Amino acid sequence: MHPVDITEKNNYQRSFYVEGGNFTYAGIVSTSIKSILKKMDLPVDLVRKSAIVSYESEINIVSYAKKGVIKLTIDSRTIQIEAIDEGPGIPDIELAMQAGYSTADQRIREMGFGAGMGLSNIKRYADVFDLTSEVGKGTYLKMIINRI
Amino acid sequence: MKLREVKEILDAEVIIGDDKLDMEVKTAFGADLMSDVLAFAKAGGLLLTGLTNEQVIRTADILDIAAIIMVRGKRPTAESMALARDLDIPILTTKYILFETAGRLYTKGIVGCLDKVDAPSGHN
Amino acid sequence: MDIETIVKELNLKVRAAGTNLRKNISGGYTGDLLSDVMANSQEGDIWITRQVHQNIVAVASLKDHAGIIIVNSCEPAKDTIEKAAQENIPVMVSDLSAFELTGKIYNLLGKKDR
Ligand SMILES: Nc1ncnc2c1ncn2[C@@H]1O[C@H](COP(=O)(O)OP(=O)(O)OP(=O)(O)O)[C@@H](O)[C@H]1O
Ligand SMILES: [Mg+2]
Repeated sequence: MHPVDITEKNNYQRSFYVEGGNFTYAGIVSTSIKSILKKMDLPVDLVRKSAIVSYESEINIVSYAKKGVIKLTIDSRTIQIEAIDEGPGIPDIELAMQAGYSTADQRIREMGFGAGMGLSNIKRYADVFDLTSEVGKGTYLKMIINRI
Repeated sequence: MKLREVKEILDAEVIIGDDKLDMEVKTAFGADLMSDVLAFAKAGGLLLTGLTNEQVIRTADILDIAAIIMVRGKRPTAESMALARDLDIPILTTKYILFETAGRLYTKGIVGCLDKVDAPSGHN
Repeated sequence: MDIETIVKELNLKVRAAGTNLRKNISGGYTGDLLSDVMANSQEGDIWITRQVHQNIVAVASLKDHAGIIIVNSCEPAKDTIEKAAQENIPVMVSDLSAFELTGKIYNLLGKKDR
């Protein structure tokens, strides 16, 4: 990982590639995002929230999509994380948002995911939660954590 | 209490983190669902779980969990072990089921840690 | 110890009562993976979990659990409650975490010295 300069904490952008179906590396992007935010010396609760929402969305891309990108953008007011994927999309967003609803297969469940809580977790932790999806194309999730 | 006492109470084996047994822990969270841990567990506590895969280690790292206790005699996979070493997260294994593990620790003064962001209603 | 007693002691909210809450609890099992609970829990256990899906009722019924307690104030799904009524499995909700609820039940069941 390239070194992070603390002066970048008001102006930073980086994109990370996420491979669908590959659980060996699932979570690695969020680990990186967390360590970048830590190095920038951002408040721990903001680092924690950002890491959690990033991780839940990363796991969703790995679990359900073909491939995706997680984009981290930091400015003086917000930490923005976008999870953009190419995949089956979500036919019924309202249903997918319901706690307990999941289409996860056995493999995902045995790993401790697939409780149908990820999206509601993200919504709880993020100050802005914006989910759009097109069936057969992919899903776009924008999450913003306010710094002030 | 120190991680060393946790080890004794649970008759546990230290798989990673022999050098960390003097670490202080006060809280614990028990779950087999990572989203549940991500929703509620506090930093600095123990994570009690029956899961052994890499996602457990990643989740512990994301949340700054102090140590992972694998229950029912479960042991980390080789990949999990490598990752835990990398991320410097202690792993202990106990032969007790989660019910007994939590019961013993609670009885000895470890407390739960519900990090209530707000009331977890089903969908809001 | 019966279900009614722990409902009172621990302030549980009853979501499905079954025919009676006098069922005896002989032990406890805490876990969220249905395959694990199927394999390792015992008859008469009170099952403590974060799962809300209706499949929990099938597991509890097959394993002859005394009842199910859902933790973290999470509510059972509607079909979970319906199925629990059919199968006569008491379902309760607690505002405690699985860890804390387990600790309290463990002590109520008097397993301190084991
Ligand atoms: N990126 C995505 N592409 C396609 N479908 C998705 C995507 N993200 C979520 N979904 C759908 O929405 C459902 C709910 O997602 P959510 O993250 O809330 O729960 P989960 O992934 O099933 O379980 P958990 O997150 O608790 O491990 C998923 O089961 C899946 O059907
Ligand atoms: Mg998810």
